[in-house]
Formats: sequence, C-alpha cells, structure tokens
Amino acid sequence: MATSYLAIVPELILIVLAAIVLVYGRHPKGEVKRNVGLLTAWGALLALVVTFGMWWLGVPGSQPTEIWGGMFKNDLVTLVFRTMFIAAVMITAMLTVDVKRLQHGEYYALMLLATVGFNLMAAAGDVIMLYLALETASISFYILAAFATEDRRSPEAGIKYFVYGAFASAVMLYGLSFLYGLTGETNIQSLATAIARSGLSENPIIILAAILVIAGFGFKVSAVPFHFWSLDVYEGAPTNTTTLLSTASKAAGFSVFLRLFMAGTFGTPNQQNWFTVIVIMAILSLILGNFGAFWQTNIKRLLAYSGIGQAGYLLIALAAYSPEGAGSILFYLYMYMFTNIAAFGVVILVTNMTGSDEISDLNGLSRRNPWLAIVMLFALLSLSGIPPAAGFFGKFFIFRAAIDAGQWQLALFGIVMAFIALYYYFNVIKAIYLFRGEDETPLPVSRVAGFALALCTLGIIWLGVLPGPVFDWTLQAAQAYFTG
Amino acid sequence: MENFPFLAVITLSPIVTAAIILLMPSERDENAKMLALGTMILGLVLSAWVYFSYLGNLPPSEALWSEKLRFVEEVPWIESINFGWIAGVDGMSATLVFLTSLVGLGGTLISWGITDRAREFYAFFMLLVAGVHGVFIAVDALMLFFFYELAVLPMYVMIVIWGWKERREYAAMKLTLYLLIGSFVAIIGFLVLYFQMDQYVAERTFDLRVWAEIDFETGLQITWFPPIFLGFIVLAGMFPFHNWSPDGHVAAPTAVSMIHAGVLMKLGAYAAMRMGVQMLPEGTVFWMPFMIILTTINVVYGALIAMRQRDMKYMIGYSSVSHMGLVAMGFATMTLNGFVGAGIQMVSHGIMTALFFTIVGVIYDRAHTRSLDDLSGMLKPLPWAGVAFIISCLVSMGMPGLSGFIAEFPIFMGIWEGNALNFAANGGPYTAFGLNPASFYRVVALLSVLGIVLTAAYLLRAITSVFFGDYDEHAWHDMAPSKPIDRFVMVLFIVCMVAIGMFPQVIAPIVESGMEPIIVRVNEAMVTTSNMPAGGFAQDAVDTIARVLGGS
Repeated sequence: MATSYLAIVPELILIVLAAIVLVYGRHPKGEVKRNVGLLTAWGALLALVVTFGMWWLGVPGSQPTEIWGGMFKNDLVTLVFRTMFIAAVMITAMLTVDVKRLQHGEYYALMLLATVGFNLMAAAGDVIMLYLALETASISFYILAAFATEDRRSPEAGIKYFVYGAFASAVMLYGLSFLYGLTGETNIQSLATAIARSGLSENPIIILAAILVIAGFGFKVSAVPFHFWSLDVYEGAPTNTTTLLSTASKAAGFSVFLRLFMAGTFGTPNQQNWFTVIVIMAILSLILGNFGAFWQTNIKRLLAYSGIGQAGYLLIALAAYSPEGAGSILFYLYMYMFTNIAAFGVVILVTNMTGSDEISDLNGLSRRNPWLAIVMLFALLSLSGIPPAAGFFGKFFIFRAAIDAGQWQLALFGIVMAFIALYYYFNVIKAIYLFRGEDETPLPVSRVAGFALALCTLGIIWLGVLPGPVFDWTLQAAQAYFTG
Repeated sequence: MENFPFLAVITLSPIVTAAIILLMPSERDENAKMLALGTMILGLVLSAWVYFSYLGNLPPSEALWSEKLRFVEEVPWIESINFGWIAGVDGMSATLVFLTSLVGLGGTLISWGITDRAREFYAFFMLLVAGVHGVFIAVDALMLFFFYELAVLPMYVMIVIWGWKERREYAAMKLTLYLLIGSFVAIIGFLVLYFQMDQYVAERTFDLRVWAEIDFETGLQITWFPPIFLGFIVLAGMFPFHNWSPDGHVAAPTAVSMIHAGVLMKLGAYAAMRMGVQMLPEGTVFWMPFMIILTTINVVYGALIAMRQRDMKYMIGYSSVSHMGLVAMGFATMTLNGFVGAGIQMVSHGIMTALFFTIVGVIYDRAHTRSLDDLSGMLKPLPWAGVAFIISCLVSMGMPGLSGFIAEFPIFMGIWEGNALNFAANGGPYTAFGLNPASFYRVVALLSVLGIVLTAAYLLRAITSVFFGDYDEHAWHDMAPSKPIDRFVMVLFIVCMVAIGMFPQVIAPIVESGMEPIIVRVNEAMVTTSNMPAGGFAQDAVDTIARVLGGS
C-alpha cells in the first residue's frame, strides 16, 4: 500500500501545490500576485528534485513497478517524461511570473493539474487510465487557452480547442471501445497478448480501431491532417499556454502513442497496413509544416507550423518501430522542450512589452536586448538542426533510427525538409539581427525570466554538445516499451 | 610536453574566450580585444610548435595515414554511435592549422579600430576561428561536419552586422544558403557511407582512420563521390558554385574577408580532399577527368571576370575564385606533384589574399571608395600598402622566389604528367563519359597558364591605376598614413610569402608527407579500375542506387 503511494509522490506534490496556489492566489493584497508564480516554480522544482532523488536513492515504489493492477506503470520511461513535464511547467511558470494578465492562482493551478494529467498519461498501463489522464490534461488546457478573456482571440482559441479536442477524444474512445469489445481487456499489456494469441491482428476491426486511435493522438501531437486546431489555438491562446501546449502536451501525446503502439497492441508494422498511415502522416506533416511556415508574419503562427513540421520528424522515428526509434523520440522531445520553451519564452517577454506578436516586433531585438537575441538564435538553430545546438543530434538520431529500420526514403525526405526549413528560421534571425526596429528602447527582463531562459539555453547547448549521457538514458528507457 | 593536448587547446580556447567576452560588461571593449589578441597569440605559438615539431620529425613516407597522424587525442563523445573527439594532424592539416592561427592573429589586429559592438565582433570572430581549427584537426567525420557548420554560421552574423551596408543582407543570405546546401548534400553522402559500413567492418564508426582503410565498393564510391566532393568544394568557390564567394568577400568587413578568403575557402578544399578524395579514391579516379574541365573554367573564367571588375574587392574576390580553381585542379591531376602544389597553393593563396584584403581595408578606411576609377596615386600617402600590394600581386602571378611560384609550378607539372596515367587497359577508360586524361590534360595545362597571364594583366592594371598616376592632393587632403599595427600585419604576411618562396623546404616536405597516403590510395584505385570494362560503371551505379532505395 505504502509502495503505491510512494510511486505517485511527484503527482501528489503537484496536486497539493495546486491546492496551495489556488488558496494563495486569493490573498487580498495585490502586491503578492507575483509570488504566486514564484511559489509554483519553487514547488515544481521541489517535485523535480524529489522525483530524481527518490529514483536515485532507490526508494521502494520509485523503482520499476506496476501498481493498482497495472493501471499505473512506474518505469524509466515514466521517469524521463515526468522530469520533462515538471521541468517544462517549472520553466513556464518562471516565464509567467511577470505577465500581469495571468497572475491568478487559477492559471498556475490549472497548469499544475494539466502536468499531473501528462504524468499519468506517460505512466498509464491501462487504456482507462490513459483516457482519464488525457481528459484531465485536456480539460485543464481548454481553460488555459481561454484564460486571457480581455483579448477576443483567447476565448475563441479556447472554444476551438475544446470543440476539436472533445471530438478527437470521442473518436479515440470509440477506437478503444473496439479493443475492449474484441478482447474484454483494458490493460495494454494484456490487450497486446490477447490480440497476438487470438490472431486478431488480421481483423479489419483492429485496423479500424488503430486508425481511430491514431486520429485521436494525431490531434494531440498536431500532425497533418489533424492539425487544423493548432494554428488558431497557438496564435490565440496566451503565449504561456502555447508554450506548455507545444512542448509538454505534444510530448504527452507521443508518450501515449509509444505506450500503446510499441507494446504491439495493434500488431507490428510487418503485419499491419495501418502502419502506412503513420508514414503518410509524417510526410504530410513535414510538407505542410515547413511550407506553411513560409508565408507567416506572426511569430506564434510560424512556430505553430514549425511545430507541425517537428511532429513530422517524430513520426519518422515512430515509423521506424524500434527501440532506437523510441529512444530517439524521447531524446528529441527532451531537446524540443528546451528549444521551444526558449523560443516562446522570448516571444512572451517581447509580447509582454509590446503587446503584439508579429515577426516584425522582433526587429532590432539584438539592439534592444542582446541576451534575448542570443537565446532566440540558439532556439532557432536548434529547431533547424544546426550544430552546436541540440536539434542536430535530435534529428541525427531520428534519421539513424529510420535508416536502421530500412526507411531510407523517409530519412532522405526528412533531411531535404530540414534544409527547406532553414529559410523561414533564418528569416526570423534576420529580423532579430539585421532589421532596425521602430522602437529601440532597451527591453528589460526580470531576473527570474532571465534565469528561465538561461536554463533553456544551457539545456540546448548541453544536449547539442554532450548528448551522449542523455541519449543513453532515453535509449535505455525506451527498452521498457518493448520488454513490457 | 608529450601528453599536452595541443590541438584541443588551439581549437577550444577561442570558444572559451568567446564565452568570456560575451559575459563581460559592454563598456569593457578594450579588455575584450586584449583577451582575443592573447588567445590568438597563444594559438599561434602552439600551432607553430605543432608545425615545426612535425616538420622536424617527419614520419617515413610509406607509413599509413593513421600512423602519420600526430598529437592524437581521443575522447569518446557519444559512445552509442561511435562518435568521438578524435583530433590529430598530418602534414597538410598541421600546415593549415598554422595558417589559420596566422590569419586569425592578423584579423584580430586589423580590426583593432572597430567601435560598433566590438565585444560581439570579437566573440563571433573567435567562434569562426575555432570552427576552422576544428575542421582541420578533425579525424572524425561527424566532428568535421560539426565544426564546419560552426565556422559557417558566425560568417552570416558577422557579414550581416558589420558588413558593407549596400550588399550585406543579400550577400550573407546567399553565402549561408550556398554553404548550407553544400554541407547538407555532403552530409547525406557521408551518412550513406556510415550506414553502409557494417558490410566492411564489425562496427560502424565515424573514425576516419577506419574509413581510410576501407575500400567501399566501386558503385557506392562513384555514386557518392559527386555529392560529397561538390558539397564541400562549394566553399572553395568551384565553378559553377562560385557565385556566392565574390559577393561574400565584398560585403564582409575586412577581418572577415581575410578569414573568409584566407582560410575558410581552404576549409572547403580541405574537406573535399579529406572526405571525398581520400575516402573515395575510386570515385576520384572516375570523376576527376570530368572535374578538371570545371576547374579549368574556374581558372580562366574567374580571371576573365576579374578583369571586368572596377571594384577592388570584387576583383580580388574573382581572382580568389580563379586561384582556388588551381587548388581543385591540383587534386584533379591525381599525381603527387599536383597534390603537393594544391596543398602549398592553399597556404600561399591564404596568406596572399589575407594581405590583399588587409590592403583594400586600409585604403577603403581612408578613401571610402574601392573603385579603380576613383583611386589614383595612392603610393604617395600609403607607401607601405602600395609596396605590400605590389608584392602580393607578384605572388599572385607566380613570380619565382615567392610562394605563388612554389605552389603553381608543381600543379602545372602535375597536369603535364597527367598523361602518364594508364586508364585504358580494357578497351576504354573507366571514367565519367569515357574521358581519357591522356588526350586532353595537356590542353588543360595550356589553358590554365593562360589564366595566369590574365591574372598578370588585371593585377598590373590595378597597380597602375590605384597606386601610380596623379595624386590629387586636394581631394585626398585628409588621407592619414597607415597605422603601425596595419604595417605590422602586412610585414608579417610578406615575410611568410617570401620565406616560402625562398626556402620551399620549410613547407614542401610537410605538405608532401600529408599528401602521400592520399596519393597511394588514388594510385591503388587507378590500378583497380583500369581492370574494369568501360561502361561497367553505369551498371554499378544503378545497382547501388537500387539497393539503397530498396532498403537493402
């Protein structure tokens, strides 16, 4: 009993923290509003330290276990994703501290609850758990997207996200119900065994179920053709929400994808045709994401398209269907977390001062604040996959996994697309370093936000220069998907 | 001293300096400069040590490449893919490391007067130097690529921020796109080789010492030689991919032009030689008779275009294209003489062009024009610059006694020898389009000598027009004499060029030692391919492509 609670200590900390933040946010004095964000960040740091510490010390329950009848799987994958999500929410909270319109206890509490949902998604060993966790995260995010009510675009984004999201999860649930109907199981591992044993993997119903589930998760990770929501939502939602949405939410989508598909629930690529769907999604995402970004003038929309493209790379690795592929996805998500938070973080700080988020607002940024310019430079280099930023090795590992799996064409296509993407990333760099802005007053950055961005930049450089240890870690974690 | 990591210090100290400079408060530009200068001097001392200790103790000429590497450092970087920091120098790379340090020091001194965001300028400059050093010392394919990109990116930022206002945005974007496309094409090539490796060795690795021992199958070599060689040689300004280079030269600030023409273009030639010629010798033998046509166009066309230019920087930019064509031509001769000439030409051209750009920078700072039509009689106010310009023109024309002659003469000798090759054992040469070097290499030699004549023509005309003629006291009344620091840089470069010209033994043996393992491989490949039926390559290439696309 005690073991099962020890296994979910990080989530418990986050829930308690959410409760405290909610209460503290009602503090009558106005000047403490800033502290709500700081409290969230410190609390998340505590959760991060505890998560690592318990693993390090080998506390029972923090080691590979299954609790509650296989509902919750605590293995190395869970650790990788947990630290990723908690770090993401911590850095995002630090960036939110000085954004006046979001200084409410509710905003932070919802971010924390969404993180609990993400953690449970990554740890789910059962489709029921998986669905509940997904809904926890999604419902929190519908509100987070609509939070800035004084801006007309934000509630619109919230509603859009809600309508699409509710539909997508219904579709996915429908797919999962087929699985239950065919086998009578909900545990992912038992599902896989039951399907393999009864030879059901040839059954057309399974293929239908697979496609429905892929549609649901394709929505989560904003892969073409389920990407329509992401552009408007990324643009309309408060940038801080977008930051978390584009990193943690996308990563959580992939965690579920990996859990469900790598266990062999829907058969393996050799047996199944649905597999082609993922390849097609990867190709379409790469094309649309990279070409769509060409004509964008809004930086958030540009990053939304770039996010679709990045999902394409991750799908290439998914199509490889191997431990190396899964490991490179984990590594990519880790580096993507640092990279995208850095990019959006700069947008948050600039928008907070200028009130608008066009690319032209970044004009002359290098003269207004050279530090922000450097952070953005590294983030963009990493997104385009140029050393010494982390994106290079992220992409390299993915292409390597794809080639090892015999997917030469996909890897080659990915490399070509990475090149095309240079154009629009360099356009942003050009705005930052070359163009003169109308307003070139210095742009002050608070200490906490500066620290958050420094953290991200160091993360990008660290994963770009010394990716070895982290990659070995994620590779080792990815074995867990295959050994069961 | 045995275990001191010379190469790591030479390469990484500029990166550390760049980080420190960026962390300094903005009012301390002076300290940033001094720090950068200190780093460059340290680098020059260490690379001089590396160079002369290699020169003083050359390895036996028949040794394998892996045995010729000195100062080897091995640190695993990402063990799961066998990628490591493997640094080491052979004769060629030791020479180029020395050259980079020399030009880096010159660049630091020449931009001493910079005032606009000096801190950032020096930080990016340090990164640029580090990237160039990194490529020259890399004995690991991925490490080479890593530093190659590191060298290209600061160029973009430096041209965009400190470049010539009228052209900088266009030129910087053009340069970056050309070079990045090139390197992407090249990396596709060597990733293919990496993933094909398990057929030859137990474990895939990026260690070039292992690559250099592998005989990749002929079809693979022939298919992937052009992407790798051309992908990298873009940076050396090879026709028809030379277009970015003069624009880049013109738009860049003086110090960046120096590094750009002085060492960055060598980066392309070096990487093409290391990754293309050395790793894929059969591809070399197959494609080079075709490539030599491109290089001939390079030499002659570059010189013809240079002749038309009225802007000094454009003129020197195109003359660089023409001279770098000689380097690629040296490789295309596939003889030891040609390779040694190419190696020395890299050094000679590096110093000479750095000096050219120094002088143009000095003139432009004072006259605010680079046009041959507007400048006249400059020898009077700027005698140091004038004499230096004349000397480097003489080097450029290949005057005996100066470094240009030592470089160009072996190249022409190599082309002339080219007809000694026997390609036609089985009824036809096994080369692209069936070109037989014996039939046309002598024509190439004659044509490229014409390039030298054209060089003499436009350079002598430039000397006459800029430095002689009437000096208009009235128009140039505020012309200041050149600064001692500029004079120091000019003298430094001239001394090097004269030293190489008068005492070729300080450079020829070490370059030759670096080129020998490559020529051994090329000769072996020539023997192998001479036994192949003419036209068989097409089937080889088709087979390889089919297998690659079919996912083997």
